Amino acid sequence: MDILLQQLINGLVLGSMYALVALGYTMVYGIINLINFAHGEVLMAGGMVSWTVITTLQDAGVPLPGWALLLIGLLCAIVACALLNFLVEKIAYRPLRNAPRLAPLITAMGMSLLLQTLAMIIWKPSPKPYPLLLPTDPIAIGGAVITVTQILILGTTVAVLAALMWLVHRTKLGRAMRATAENPRVAGLMGVKPDFIISTTFVIGAVLAAVAGVMWAANYGTVQHTMGFMPGLKAFTAAVLGGIGNLAGAMVGGVLLGLIESFGAGYLGDLTGDVLGSQYVDIFAFAALILVLTLRPSGLLGERVADRA
Amino acid sequence: MKNKKLVYFLLAAVALLAVPLFVQQLGNGPVRIIDLALLYVLLALGLNIVVGYAGLLDLGYVAFYAVGAYMFALLSSPQLSQNFETFAAAFPGGLHMPIWAVIPLGALLAAFFGALLGAPTLKLRGDYLAIVTLGFGEIIRVFLNNLEYPYNITNGPRGIGQIDSIHFWGLDLGKPTHFLGYEIPSVTLYYYLFLALVVLSVLICYRLENSRIGRAWMAIREDEIAAKAMGINTRNMKLLAFSMGATFGGVAGTLFASFQGFVSPESFSLQESIMIVAMVVLGGIGHIPGVILGALLLAALPEVLRYAAGPLQDMTGGRLDAAILRQLLVALAMIGVMLARPRGLWPAPSHGKSAEGTK
Repeated sequence: MDILLQQLINGLVLGSMYALVALGYTMVYGIINLINFAHGEVLMAGGMVSWTVITTLQDAGVPLPGWALLLIGLLCAIVACALLNFLVEKIAYRPLRNAPRLAPLITAMGMSLLLQTLAMIIWKPSPKPYPLLLPTDPIAIGGAVITVTQILILGTTVAVLAALMWLVHRTKLGRAMRATAENPRVAGLMGVKPDFIISTTFVIGAVLAAVAGVMWAANYGTVQHTMGFMPGLKAFTAAVLGGIGNLAGAMVGGVLLGLIESFGAGYLGDLTGDVLGSQYVDIFAFAALILVLTLRPSGLLGERVADRA
Repeated sequence: MKNKKLVYFLLAAVALLAVPLFVQQLGNGPVRIIDLALLYVLLALGLNIVVGYAGLLDLGYVAFYAVGAYMFALLSSPQLSQNFETFAAAFPGGLHMPIWAVIPLGALLAAFFGALLGAPTLKLRGDYLAIVTLGFGEIIRVFLNNLEYPYNITNGPRGIGQIDSIHFWGLDLGKPTHFLGYEIPSVTLYYYLFLALVVLSVLICYRLENSRIGRAWMAIREDEIAAKAMGINTRNMKLLAFSMGATFGGVAGTLFASFQGFVSPESFSLQESIMIVAMVVLGGIGHIPGVILGALLLAALPEVLRYAAGPLQDMTGGRLDAAILRQLLVALAMIGVMLARPRGLWPAPSHGKSAEGTK
């Protein structure tokens, strides 16, 4: 029972990070039908920038408590990532708005490779320990343990998701985003500036990815230039799992994927008599994806066009 | 007019045959690079069938390459005999199958995997297909990485070594051969084998492109519903595209395994798949000369520039080493070429059919 609860907590924490990144994928896809392969790298940039800011402040001996340092790191990461994603869109995707479908996909892959390489040049290839800024004593609940970091991750995710939902469904900007997703040309006729909306979408996606990147770094305690690759891939899987272009779908898909992976890692060995161990965990995401898409070709919640943002 | 064309063909053939003899002067390294580039041409041609003709975006193509390579590795290395007693008892000398059996077998096995991937994805459109194929590629790689327990089949991340070189007609491509008093090194022998297969593949692709099947694929690419309405069996055609494309990957994989003498899961990562897609799209999707150009460019050019990396590395205090520089160049090429020429470097002259076909 306590293992079950523990895996549930781990799964929720992992899933909420996936959900944040998946939202970035799904929002971009919803508006310009592009798989933004460079999105995982934005997460990496978030982790890296916050690492640099925090370690620099620590080395300078700034007398601030851990949570304040983390907050400063997070804010810097958000600004840096927003700027980065804005530039990526402007340089690599905007000129190809009307090009054949595969052209922007290739530039997206190129961007991903480029950002990874640049990060490797800037920060060197070795993994770097992320400073422990929050109390590390685990808190016991019902036989399972949870760390302060994990509680913060869950809380922040819920808050961010609520804010995003409010933004998309209750504000003028959100309405413009939904309109652009549905039909950019008609939205343009109604006085919406599609280019502005697309840039805004990239910036919002980057903010979510930056938050996820800092969470990822704080949770796993290490940063490296390749750290964005797997979360990016999994988050994209989550977005498709839930129905791409669908905000609620990305959240459901992300949390579901986190749970599947966590339970898979926890129980697979026992179930198969140790033939398949937890090293097969990466397969789960994709096996679940293939299964779901075979049964429901447009994702769990479907591509709800009117709800796309 | 026809004679003129024939002369061009003959000139090209002589040039291609002579290439390794000149490059050989620079040592075996450059010839190796050309050999590997030819393998990439094979892969790109295969993927071009799936992505270029049938319009199905496959991001896990490297899985078929892996299937071919591992099949060859298992059949022609001591790996199985070392780990399975019954196998060692059945084939005391080890299993050393001839090339005539292995290459078709690799093609068949890969085609089977192609159909296996194609079957559940028939209903999926565009980008959903992309992510599922990507997942399929990762699944194959994870299995290769972990199939060493409880039975050691793939030897995990350590990979399989001691793979036979290709030999046929008493000729062993792994050893230098003497011909008319000249010593022809192993890499050059492989060059001729790969070249022959590339020429054969180009021929197959051209014939496919202008066949009923090729036209059906292009119809599906342009509009699947309309194609269906015209009486094309879209399900079979899509499965055929996957299998056909996979065949090329499987053959390239067997060649790769024998050429390297060693395979490990590292060679079959997602980056490889992305690289092959980039070759196809960068060169000119659905257009054979363009695809070949793209493959040669992305496979060979970064390697050549590697030799120029030394001075740069000294200048930047070791931050920019050859591997990083190569990655940087590939990334910049992918972005730059697409921005400058969104339809590829050498795109097909018109939609669906090539201009030569109308002459």
